[in-house]
Formats: sequence, C-alpha cells, structure tokens
Amino acid sequence: MDLSSINPVLLVASLMVAATPILLAAIGELIVEKAGVLNLGVEGMMIVGAICGFAISVETGSPIVGFVGAAIGGALLSYLFVILTQYALANQVASGLALTLFGLGLSSLLGQGYVGVRPPPTPQLDLPVLSDLPVVGPILFSHDPILYFGILLTAAVWAMLKFTRVGLILRAVGENHDAAHALGYKVVRIRTLAILFGGACAGLGGAYISLIRVPQWTEGMTAGAGWIALALVVFASWKPWRALLGAYLFGGITVMQLNLQAAGVAIPVEYLAMSPYLITILVLVVLSADKSSAPASLGRIFHASN
Amino acid sequence: MTETLLSIQGLTKAYPGVVANDDVSFDIGVGEVHALLGENGAGKSTLVKMIYGLVKPDSGTMSLRGAGFAPPEPRSARADGIAMVFQHFSLFDALNVAENIALGMENPPPMRDLARRIREVSETYGLPLDPFRVVGDLSAGERQRVEIIRCLLQDPKLLIMDEPTSVLTPQEVDILFQTLRKLSSEGTAILYISHKLEEIRSLCDTATILRLGRVVGTCVPRETTARDMAEMMVGTALKTPEPRNHALGEVALDITGLSVNSPSAFGTSLKNIHLTLQEGEVLGIGGVAGNGQDELLAALSGELRTASDAIKLHGQPVGHLGPNPRRKLGLLAAPEERLGHAAAPDMSLTENALLTGSVRKRLERSGFLKWADTRAFAEKIIAAFDVRTPGPANAARSLSGGNLQKFVIGREVLQDPSVLVVNQPTWGVDASAAAAIRQAILDLAAQGAAVLVISQDLDELMEISGRFAALNEGRLSDIRPTADLSVDQIGLMMGGAHGMEVAHV
Repeated sequence: MDLSSINPVLLVASLMVAATPILLAAIGELIVEKAGVLNLGVEGMMIVGAICGFAISVETGSPIVGFVGAAIGGALLSYLFVILTQYALANQVASGLALTLFGLGLSSLLGQGYVGVRPPPTPQLDLPVLSDLPVVGPILFSHDPILYFGILLTAAVWAMLKFTRVGLILRAVGENHDAAHALGYKVVRIRTLAILFGGACAGLGGAYISLIRVPQWTEGMTAGAGWIALALVVFASWKPWRALLGAYLFGGITVMQLNLQAAGVAIPVEYLAMSPYLITILVLVVLSADKSSAPASLGRIFHASN
Repeated sequence: MTETLLSIQGLTKAYPGVVANDDVSFDIGVGEVHALLGENGAGKSTLVKMIYGLVKPDSGTMSLRGAGFAPPEPRSARADGIAMVFQHFSLFDALNVAENIALGMENPPPMRDLARRIREVSETYGLPLDPFRVVGDLSAGERQRVEIIRCLLQDPKLLIMDEPTSVLTPQEVDILFQTLRKLSSEGTAILYISHKLEEIRSLCDTATILRLGRVVGTCVPRETTARDMAEMMVGTALKTPEPRNHALGEVALDITGLSVNSPSAFGTSLKNIHLTLQEGEVLGIGGVAGNGQDELLAALSGELRTASDAIKLHGQPVGHLGPNPRRKLGLLAAPEERLGHAAAPDMSLTENALLTGSVRKRLERSGFLKWADTRAFAEKIIAAFDVRTPGPANAARSLSGGNLQKFVIGREVLQDPSVLVVNQPTWGVDASAAAAIRQAILDLAAQGAAVLVISQDLDELMEISGRFAALNEGRLSDIRPTADLSVDQIGLMMGGAHGMEVAHV
C-alpha cells in the first residue's frame, strides 16, 4: 500500500470532472421537480444524451456540436414524458421508469456502430499564465468548457429561482397548481418547458460521460448516475448549491476510492466501489433535516377541471 | 341605482350531463354590493368564473361600462379591473406574503416597493400583515387578508368574493364588512357569494338568487326575511329541526387534561382540555378552522392515542385504544373531510359501510366478510338518510358532497353509538340535507346518546346544541349553555378579532 502515490491536486481536479455529469442532470431535475413534476427517467435521458452526443461529435468531428446534439436528444426523449404525463395524464412514476428502460434500449440500438470508436477530444481551457500556476492552475483553470458551464448553470438556476419572476411562477406552479391555474398561469406549458430543460441538462450530463470523462461508448455506461442525480435533488432539499456540494462529494469519493484501489489498500474492492453511493446518501440525509421544502404539488397530476 | 358597471345577458354554460348556468342575466351598478345566492351546485361558482375569465360561456354576452366584455383569461379580466377572492384560497403555503401577492399582479413592482405598498394598504384598511411571513404559518383570517390585499393593490372596479366569511370569527366578519362598505362607498362594486343569509341582509344592496343554474328571483335583502330567501333558494318550504325535551342521563364521556401534539407541521396541538358529556346531550364546539378541531376529532376517534386516563367512556379509560376497540365500546366518530378521511373515494358504498361498521354490526367472522349483511346495512343507510344514489355498488366519489355526507353521518348514527363525535356535519351541504342531518343528530340524542358536534357554523351550533364551547389555539373555552349566549360573547370565546382593527380612514 502506497498512499503517497495519490496526488491531492490531481484528485481535486479529477473529482470536479467526475461530479459534472450528475451535477448537470441534478440541476435539470431540480427545475423539473420545482415545477411539481417527478421525472424518474433521468437515467434514460442521460444515456440517450450520451450516445447522441457521441455519435454526432464522431460524425461531425466537433465535440461542441455533439454536446448541442446531446441536449436536443435528451430534450426529445423528455418530450415523450411530456406527452405521457402532461397530455395523457399518465402516472409520473410509471412513465419515468418506462422512460429509463426505453432510453437504455434506444441507446444500445443507436450505439451499435460506435463501440470502440474514439471521439474527437474536447479542447481544455489553456490560459497563458493562470493555467500554469502550481496548485490553482490544474484545479481552476485547466478544465473543459462544459465543466465551467455546469457551475455557471448552477449559479444561474439559483439566481433564477430566487430573484426572478419566472422563478417565482415556476415555484408557484410546483407548490399549488390549482391556485396557479386560478390566477391564470399556464400550468401545462410551464411544466412542459421545465421537463424539456431537465431533459436537455440530463442529455448534456450523459454526453459529458461519453465524450470527456471516459471517453468512449459502451452500453449502459451511465451506470446509475441518473439515479444518483435524482437522489441528490431530494437530499439537497431542492437547493442548487447543495446539489453542487452533493455532486462534488460523490465525485470526490468516487475518485478517492479509485485512487485507493490503485494504491492497493487492503479493503475489498466491492466495499470501495459502493462507498460513493453510501457516503453521499448518508451525508445528504443528515444535511436535509428540513423536510418542509419539497414542492407541495410534486408528482400530482394536474387537470384544469379539478 | 347609479350607472351600470357590469351587465350580464343570457349567459349559458353546460358541462357534460349538467347545465351549470342557463340564460343568466343581471346587472351590477357602480359601488353596489350585490349578493349571489344559491345552494351548492346552483351555478354560482361557474358564473363568477366566467366573469373572471377562467371559464368561457357557451352563449350570452357581458358588457363592462357599456363596452363588450369577454375575458379570454384571468389576466385580461384583471386588466379590466375585476378582482376575485377565492373560496378555497388560491395561496401558496411555502411562499411568503409578498411573493403570493406578486403572483396575483400583472406588473408587480420590485419586492421592496411591493412590501412597502402592502404595509400601506394593509394599514389603511385595518388588515395588518407582515409581507415577509410565510403564508403556511398564517391563520385562516390572515390568509384571507392576503387575498383581499392582493385584490386591493390592483385598484379593482369589481371585487368578487366567494364565501369569504366561512373562516372568520364574528369580530373578523364585522371588520371585513366595514372594509367592504368603505370600498363600496369609494365606488368599487362587490359581488358577494354566501349562504349566510343574515350577513347578506346586513351587507348587500340587492340579491340575485340562483337555483339549478337559473335565476329564480331577485330581492332587496334588507326588506326580505332570511327564511324567505332560503325558501327561494331551495324552492320548497324549509323544515326547521326540532329539539326534543328530554332529561339528561349519566356522564358518558369524560375528558380530563387532554393534551395532544398535532401530527402535522401546520397543525395545532391540543392543550389541557377538560369536558364532560352527558347521555342525551348535544355539546357544540365552535372555533375558527385550524384551532385544533381536527386534532380533537382524531384524539376522540382513536387516530391519535393519548394517556389512557385522559379520555373516559362511561368511566372506562379509553385514551390508549385505537379506533376499532373504541367503536366496540360505542364511541364513534365522523371526520370533516368526506373524501379520503370519512370515506374511501374509489370504494363502493357497501365497502365504505364495512370499513367503520364491521365491528358493531358484526360484518365479519374470523377474517371473512359477510357481504350480504354489509350490503343490507348500506341499503339501510341509503333508505334511512335519503341518500340519492343508484345503489350501494356505486363508488363514494360519484356522490355529490351533500349525499355522501348524509351517508357518512348515517353510517355512524345507525351503528347505535353511545357517544358520537362529528366534525363539520353539514359543511358544503345544501339547506334541506343539512336540516335532515341536524334532525338525525337531535333524534340520536333524544334516544340517549351523547353527541359532540364540532362545527364552524355558529347558527348550526346554536340551533342544535344545549351547551357551547370554543376552541382557540388548541385550548377549550369555558362551556356555557347556549340559551344565554350572545354573538359577541361567542366571538370573544373564539379568540376575538385576532389582531385586526377597524379601517382608519
């Protein structure tokens, strides 16, 4: 066992990379749930985003076009959820589970020709002086643009929910859809937009795994990241900054346990592999002591005549 | 009357299977307080929803100050000066007062200016409110103030109020009426929906009466008796429940030092309640909603367990027992919420009859259900309480509120209880069904049962109960005979005006 082989600077830099997919998916789902919709299809939308982004960037040679395609792919799949739950008034839990299963199957089909292909590399930030700074450089100034986008998105969603009228209306719809309807707000339209946003974010998160984190395509490569993102939203008490914290915690433990495995610590690999899930959930359960913050209409079906 | 503000001509709206409004016409003048009267299902709510732009009429026209008026959505109705205070509050519990008000406005100013204007308006009209309190923590009266201030900030020409006083104490009603009279003197017309006829007589200039979607008459409430208006609403002569004189028996229910924590975050805990209830007695418990009524019912029905000595039934401690052992001993209860608490909405009436009746009516034997007996029991309830339904196989959800209420009360009454506890027995029930339910309660007491009626309808409590007490923030007031109580005294027992004050200008 050789713990000195673990470099703390690289550890922090790589935990940010490991955290970004679930952060993106969790921020999207947070908006969906704030609007009062429970979409359990995050995993399915992520994996569809992963293959859409992968295939499009391989075909076009541009990772950025690939990410845009991934967002569109995730949003398209979430539109299926919109049709089921907002227009056909189907049960949200069952529709979300179906969406995950459908997404996993669809992605395998789409990805048949892409196994073993290498995607074009995503350029990393390279500022003349800043990126070469000893500790700060690798941690803050040498990442890919999507990682920074994830952090900016967290800040934007926080500000939108807290300070803007759009955010207020979104929260109102999630809190009491009957009252929002009585005041003349278009509940279904607002929820549709929220679900599409959630799908786009999940798609981005999935593409981040297949284009940057791994980077290659294998079936089922999201490996439960969508479920962690869902848990993250609940245990973060629907607060964007706590979701970021939870994502970094999860990313940190994931990277740490990989490093510990490499260093040959005398703990069975299975325990190390399950530790990120266990510890993240435990910490977030402790953090989420105030349970009152769940949107009151979460998961309830809205119909204007009720 | 002065010039006409809103004129309604031949409005008709049909839903599948029911005509909600049929050729409804009337006028509202500037500054007029106009009452809209009718039983549940008479079409009052549909009518005001059309004026507010939530529902589109099938035919008919409206005109506002002589110009055509057909709001496609509430937003445009608000822009034309129509404001509405809803019957079921359209408030968001998790948001604060200022955010709630901003949601009801077209172009809300920035939060700080809005908070200042809320303070100004609330002080002008004697309705003090802190803009930054979370609405979920407010009392029912305070929540209504939020709705009213939301309307006042938009400087409305017509204010629609749907059953505004059902959650207020008499003192709060007085203050509300002074605010409304002041608004009316400033030229705001008010369309006032209520079934409390005495209130309408003291407040309103004219009344339009609806029955089954049609206008069946208009009157000047000040010159019409409450009984005449009620009979116009119902269409037949009303029977007043008759109390029977009978001697009271031994103490049936004895509550000593009952304290219970509320299971819900926004609920009220019960604090040190004492009361005794004699055989043959009807005790009325009043109070504004949310002051511990639900908790008191739950503590008595056995949903909430207490110290075993806190509740004694015929001298036997029952506080630690659950609902079924209590039913076996003769303590039955009918909660307020019909769908989901008193009855399972998607189960048939037969199944619902079984749910509370199986113990006392012996509807099961070693785990097997006796469906034939259960169906006979359900049919007996339907026949005895005139429940309008095709048969006991229908789902509870398919019954109208009043019919389901008759079924729920009848189910307990026919189990021959020795103590019956009911919460809001006639809430949302039309006048003739309410009279039938009250008569059943009085008859039950005459047979020697003890009845505890929890209600927010003071007229009802005065009519049927021998003694009265009020719940206020989980505490029970002194118990007094109803015969020598005045409305003022009752209001003070209910906690007075909860910090409201009369308008300053």
